[in-house]
Amino acid sequence: MSATGALVTMAIDGREVRVSAGISVAAAMLDAGVIAFRRSVNGSDRGPLCGMGVCYECRVTIDDVAHRRACLVMVADGLRVSTHACRPERSEGPA
Amino acid sequence: MERREQVLRFAQDDRFDILVIGGGPAGIAAAARAAECGLNVLLLDEGADVGGQIWRRRTGSLARGAARAWFTRLEASGATVIRGASVVDAARRADGGFTVTAERAAGALLVDAGVIVLATGARERFLPFPGWTLPGVIGVGAAQALLKGGASFRGKRVVIAGSGPLLLPVASALAADGASVRLVAEQARSRDVGRFALGLWRHPATLVQAARYRAGFVGTPYTLGTWVTAARGNGRVEEVDVTNGRTTRTIACDLLSAAFGLVPNTELARLLGCDRTDGMVWVNHDQQTSQAGVYCAGEPTGIGGVELSLAEGEIAGLCSAGHPGDARALLPRRDRLRRDAATMDRAFTLRPELRTLAHADTIVCRCEDVTLGAIKADWRMRQAKLYTRAGMGACQGRICSSALEFLHGWEADTTRLPVEPTLYSTLTAEPATSAPSANHGA
Ligand SMILES: Cc1cc2nc3c(=O)[nH]c(=O)nc-3n(C[C@H](O)[C@H](O)[C@H](O)COP(=O)(O)OP(=O)(O)OC[C@H]3O[C@@H](n4cnc5c(N)ncnc54)[C@H](O)[C@@H]3O)c2cc1C
Ligand code: FES
Repeated sequence: MSATGALVTMAIDGREVRVSAGISVAAAMLDAGVIAFRRSVNGSDRGPLCGMGVCYECRVTIDDVAHRRACLVMVADGLRVSTHACRPERSEGPA
Repeated sequence: MERREQVLRFAQDDRFDILVIGGGPAGIAAAARAAECGLNVLLLDEGADVGGQIWRRRTGSLARGAARAWFTRLEASGATVIRGASVVDAARRADGGFTVTAERAAGALLVDAGVIVLATGARERFLPFPGWTLPGVIGVGAAQALLKGGASFRGKRVVIAGSGPLLLPVASALAADGASVRLVAEQARSRDVGRFALGLWRHPATLVQAARYRAGFVGTPYTLGTWVTAARGNGRVEEVDVTNGRTTRTIACDLLSAAFGLVPNTELARLLGCDRTDGMVWVNHDQQTSQAGVYCAGEPTGIGGVELSLAEGEIAGLCSAGHPGDARALLPRRDRLRRDAATMDRAFTLRPELRTLAHADTIVCRCEDVTLGAIKADWRMRQAKLYTRAGMGACQGRICSSALEFLHGWEADTTRLPVEPTLYSTLTAEPATSAPSANHGA
């Protein structure tokens, strides 16, 4: 629970979840049981490695902006995240 | 959240005397001390909040102790703070000052400053071994960072295997969160390890105590001279192999925390042409680098923990503000902490066996999926990039180049622009003549 105990509603691959306000998108996704955040160039699943913005393994699409680092973005009411599972056509590498 | 493409530039008369890049303990101390001298100071950090690695906290939660005192002091100092801004470029102008480009979710930010203080901190060193790319294999500090970011590890079976003084504090933090820590394995075997593991890098006492009362942690073995050799699982980590060189055993787990100490973030320093020694940014007595007008404080000058970062940050803040005399009193403390840091470094020296963990088919560059076998040991990083694209992906070699430096003894390649993956719109940002006033917060 965050200091205020407030909850926000966000969507992960279209699924609505209620999470504590003030947590990172990566934390919310892990708590929601998401294992694979992105798919590597050879097609294997990847999840967060560094937790601090360095490795880019936690890249997801947030509110239609691709390649955002889930570990650096905070949850917000109405925020929409999609993993590769929802993005069959996506380009690899930095935008 | 609607995405706005927008370039912010501070108006010419809003030019900052001092720009501090990185808002960890070093950057906070530097910005506060410099602003207290009456200078116009800007602090940029790419995180959602300032605090860096150790003072990272969940948005809205209260800081305690030293962290709280420094947050308060920073706020009172009058320094401008912008969060969520990643500095991607820094260049010297003809007049000797600097123009710095930062990227934010809302668009690019261009800043003019007379002096730069680099306080970009450190990251964890990851070494490749079979299975290290499986989801559920994360860093050691990474587990702590995710925990502080609000993730829960309750009920998870965790193995921690790596090196450095972070292993035990992270183990106790995870245990306090309800994780079942199965093993804490430190690769080093030196007599000094215990001293640093248990003493020097203090963790909030309450957390440690809370953890001690948990059977899960009290029963946790902490072994020296033991390291991970492989992780396996179907789509995620399910078990890991650890060895002491004689016997290897397999442990079932949901999470493996594996990182091998810290490496300094020196990309911006290299971009600005600052000299380095042994991979660390060289600084003089006043924390000034080999480049006039560029100071550096905290982990980029050497890994030494929060107290050293604070001392260096204060000195850099005072000296960059033109008050070196006021910094004199801080020098003995800094120098003593530096000597401790050197002892610590020796205690956690990485064993040579760690160079043999990755096989030919083990991925080294995770961004481009380049295997160890595709990279020739007698190359340099530059050739690896050209021939295999290793180090050319999103992380710009931050993970694989420190691994390859250790595996093959390579030097990091010269930094190319931009230092972080950048939106095209940021790079092509045309500075507007005048601009909105400084926008506090992301
Ligand atoms: C994950 C982790 C956990 C740690 N835990 C402990 C601990 O428990 N105890 C301890 O004593 N030490 C710990 N350390 C060591 C720790 O780094 C130092 O003690 C202390 O945080 C160092 O302060 P610093 O200001 O030098 O660097 P940091 O705290 O790393 O701060 C650097 C800041 O710079 C920012 N930054 C970097 N590059 C850019 C850029 N290009 N643009 C904008 N901003 C940028 C980062 O967002 C970060 O906030 C930890 C380190 C890591 C990596
Ligand atoms: S987990 Fe490494 S960048 Fe987010």
